[in-house]
Amino acid sequence: MLGRTAASLFWTSRYNERAENMARLLEVGYRIAMTPRLGQDAADDWRSTLVSAGCDQGFFKKHEEPTKRTVVSHMLFDADNPSSVRSCIEAARNNARSVRTAITGEMWESLNTTYIEFMEVRPQHMTDDKLPGFLTWIKQRSMLFRGAMLGTLMRDEGYHFSQFGCFIERADNTSRILDVKYWILLPDNEVVGGDLDRYQWSTILRSVSAHRSYRHAYRDAQIRPFNIAEFLILRKEMPRSLAYCYDWIAESMDALTARYGERPMSYDMARRTYELLDKGTMRQIFQGGLHEFLGDMIARNNGLGAQLAADYHFA
Amino acid sequence: MGESAIFNEMLTADGKPRAPYRRLAEWFDTLSPAEMRKKSREAETIFRRLGITFAVYGTSEATERLIPFDIVPRVLSASEWRRLSAGIDQRVRALNAFLHDIYHRQEIVRAGRVPAELILQNEAFLPEMIGFAPARRVYAHIIGTDLVRVGEDDFYVLEDNTRTPSGVSYMLENRETMMRMFPELFQQNRVAPIEHYPDMLRETLESVAPENCDGDPTVCILTPGIYNSAYFEHAFLADTMGVELCEARDLYVEDGKVWMRTTQSPQRVDVIYRRIDDAFLDPLTFRPDSMLGVPGLFDAYRAGNVTICNAPGTGIADDKAIYAYVPDIIEFYTGQKPILKNVPTWNCAKPDDLAYVLDRLPELVVKEVHGSGGYGMLIGPTSSKREIADFAKRLQANPGNYIAQPTLALSACPTHVQSGLAPRHVDLRPYVLVGDKVRITPGGLTRVALKKGSLVVNSSQGGGTKDTWVLED
Repeated sequence: MLGRTAASLFWTSRYNERAENMARLLEVGYRIAMTPRLGQDAADDWRSTLVSAGCDQGFFKKHEEPTKRTVVSHMLFDADNPSSVRSCIEAARNNARSVRTAITGEMWESLNTTYIEFMEVRPQHMTDDKLPGFLTWIKQRSMLFRGAMLGTLMRDEGYHFSQFGCFIERADNTSRILDVKYWILLPDNEVVGGDLDRYQWSTILRSVSAHRSYRHAYRDAQIRPFNIAEFLILRKEMPRSLAYCYDWIAESMDALTARYGERPMSYDMARRTYELLDKGTMRQIFQGGLHEFLGDMIARNNGLGAQLAADYHFA
Repeated sequence: MGESAIFNEMLTADGKPRAPYRRLAEWFDTLSPAEMRKKSREAETIFRRLGITFAVYGTSEATERLIPFDIVPRVLSASEWRRLSAGIDQRVRALNAFLHDIYHRQEIVRAGRVPAELILQNEAFLPEMIGFAPARRVYAHIIGTDLVRVGEDDFYVLEDNTRTPSGVSYMLENRETMMRMFPELFQQNRVAPIEHYPDMLRETLESVAPENCDGDPTVCILTPGIYNSAYFEHAFLADTMGVELCEARDLYVEDGKVWMRTTQSPQRVDVIYRRIDDAFLDPLTFRPDSMLGVPGLFDAYRAGNVTICNAPGTGIADDKAIYAYVPDIIEFYTGQKPILKNVPTWNCAKPDDLAYVLDRLPELVVKEVHGSGGYGMLIGPTSSKREIADFAKRLQANPGNYIAQPTLALSACPTHVQSGLAPRHVDLRPYVLVGDKVRITPGGLTRVALKKGSLVVNSSQGGGTKDTWVLED
């Protein structure tokens, strides 16, 4: 397989995943905007949406105050924002287009249809009443691509590169969401008290579509920040947790290494992070500091992406 | 040119369907205009979703467009096709012999059959190719022979596309779409299949691997990338052949051999089906500013370590000035009379021809010698006096840049338009493969001028395509 093909498969999946995450972050932001103010500044909430999305720097180059209108337009439609849903859809499609030979017809058609339909949407027509349906559509289109990938792509090297892209992006997204709010996830194992906190933690869970599954995972009905952090970091049943992402990454690393008969540096890097999440406990994580832990995870993730590119000749 | 002079491929003068179209005509009679419109829209949706697009140069928006697809197929009988394919076979063999000759002993020039200056001073003649013989002495491996029909038995060759003819993916996708939409038509008519084209292409390419290649040859397609107008086709062919689709940056030359950068160790490449022009192939040998080429590729080629398809320098065989000599070329190398006719051509570089052409501009078609895609041409009968006068000035300023031909009454085929079915002018591009043998796909790509009365079928000028059937006996 060409190194460029591997790179394009990686990035197709990565951008597809990012589009979905952007839509989910906006959903949460939008929901908060509908919640009665709790002595909070609306701009603060939108700012934290931008930070979670990693879009804050680009945003403030163009806009002053974050408002619903400006944030939605920046994160959905702005072609100058490399992480806007529009940019993600376009980048996923362009990457897929340059490796048409390596993906299935179903994968291509799902991306191409998403692209065609997205480009027909006029940003000025995206009124408040249409936004929720549109965000749902974006998530569904992304899931359709992933379903097409899982259902039709041969389990050869291309599949593994595609999985790396998806799960490195997802791990990055989950780490960022947690890191933006780490200060409310205090290690004192307290039940969350006031309305303000309740609303903060629900934001985190909703950003990863976990507000329902959390209830099933922690049946004592009490909402503990400690548990939330554990749920999103160490619990392997949770499909957006860091441990879950690294389970998949490690599995694909094993398969690829067995296939190629070579053990590159990225293998060891992935393995170390996998073991950290596999054997780690929340006690240890809080002892070292949650913020420090998350910063380290983001760095490990980036490092793994760069090492994969070097090991498998992406450039 | 009166309407009556136009050969209608479906209907005879008394309004009865011609034999090959009989069943098709009956079937279309059963469709209401509304059903036909619905089918036509369905076809468009299929094409758009599959991403079968081409890029139009010079338009900023909508850089990817669909080529309009007409749901009414064009039909050729088995006997019509036998004659056409025999003529094409003869022609492509002669052109390959011609290419080998002009890059070696130039017997045809010594024999006085083709003027020396037409070859030596031709931009498409590559001195770098002199004395080098590619594998099996094949230069033009993939050819699209453009044909037009003006009567029952009257076919002319309009152009021999010996560089990188495109459109074969449309031929294949048109058939797929028709089979998906009208399965009953294929049960009623015995249509020769074409779906094995990618297999034949791969066999052809493998058959011309360098002699020093041991084991199974590795074939790849070299594309300029996703912004090229025919990118869809490059990807389509790579996919259907099961070979890598490479951009220049995926390839490099080391030890005089060509290698692909893979996720593992580099892989040797034996045959490159390139879809980039000669000038861009290798910045070390040709245009130094080429970003699309592979440095050192041409040396690897001349060392016999890789085969480039089509060979560099084949463009001279489809040069519009050489075209007039193709009947002589066929006789010279095959000793036979040409089976397919050439369109009479005036070479404006010759003063006598120029005078004749200037005299008769309103009835002629004038083309640029190196032009393609229907750009920069004059169609006398459909042009205004002013357009003709303007063109005359350009022609006089640079006569060597033009050739002229009589305006042919291109045959017409029924085509779906707003009001139902109406005749529209068509041409035909069969796809020919030359390797260990000559392989010709039955039919080819029919292009149709969708505008009433228009004779320009190029997709860049608003033409569409049709599925093309060759009926089996």
